[in-house]
Amino acid sequence: MNSQTPLHKVEGMGPSHSGTGHFWHERVTSVALIPLSLWFLYVMLGLAGTSEVTALQFLAHPLNALLMGAFVVFSLWHAYLGLQVVIDDYIHTVGTKIILMLLIRFSVIAVAATCLFAIVRIAAL
Amino acid sequence: MAENPQRQAAATRPLSPHLTIYRWPVTMLTSITHRATGMGLSFGAVVLAWWLVSISNGPEGWQSFHAIMDTPLGLLVLFGFAWSLVFHFLNGVRHLAWDLGYGFPKQVAERNSVIILALSLLGALAIFALVWTGYGGYLR
Repeated sequence: MNSQTPLHKVEGMGPSHSGTGHFWHERVTSVALIPLSLWFLYVMLGLAGTSEVTALQFLAHPLNALLMGAFVVFSLWHAYLGLQVVIDDYIHTVGTKIILMLLIRFSVIAVAATCLFAIVRIAAL
Repeated sequence: MAENPQRQAAATRPLSPHLTIYRWPVTMLTSITHRATGMGLSFGAVVLAWWLVSISNGPEGWQSFHAIMDTPLGLLVLFGFAWSLVFHFLNGVRHLAWDLGYGFPKQVAERNSVIILALSLLGALAIFALVWTGYGGYLR
């Protein structure tokens, strides 16, 4: 016996209502983060112990600004997906869950926007 | 709901998994460490935002960032982020390999867990050693 409605079956989204989208986005962002984190590490090592002028000049270069922007977007997107799973696993009260999910969503967007704004501002300096 | 006739038996039945009395296999350790480092790195994003903003604020901004991060506590936090990034990176690659069907045999999974734990610690130490021995700052 199957309790799924015909519409539910056709949509094929399962109980998550979003199918395998979450899983897939987590993998895609993680693959993108392989080269981006290696680049980030290279930059952090290369800027360690230098002055703000070095950091400014480096990030003012369009390619570096773009890569830093990509690193910020992909890591925060990946963080959002990962934190969602943590809440899904440990929080079982609907109200708390919704509040935490919204809180994480807003925080991630705020942090990403702050980073991107700073990158643009550096480029414009 | 009716009274459960098996309640007596259910109460004495062993429960599983009993996390607090489990002998931790190393795979369990790397699994929860992946989650912990992921959460840590999420907070690290806030420090990254602060760093970028401090650069965009000119010399005073840069100095205010370094005044806090160049303290022993700040360096400990940075070391935590460095180790978390290396660990989450290596174990993340292993997760992708798992998705492709590789690395599941028990012995392989245990061996790889030990390798990843050791490599992540060595990697984080190497990053700090490079900076302290003057091999950092090459973008100057």
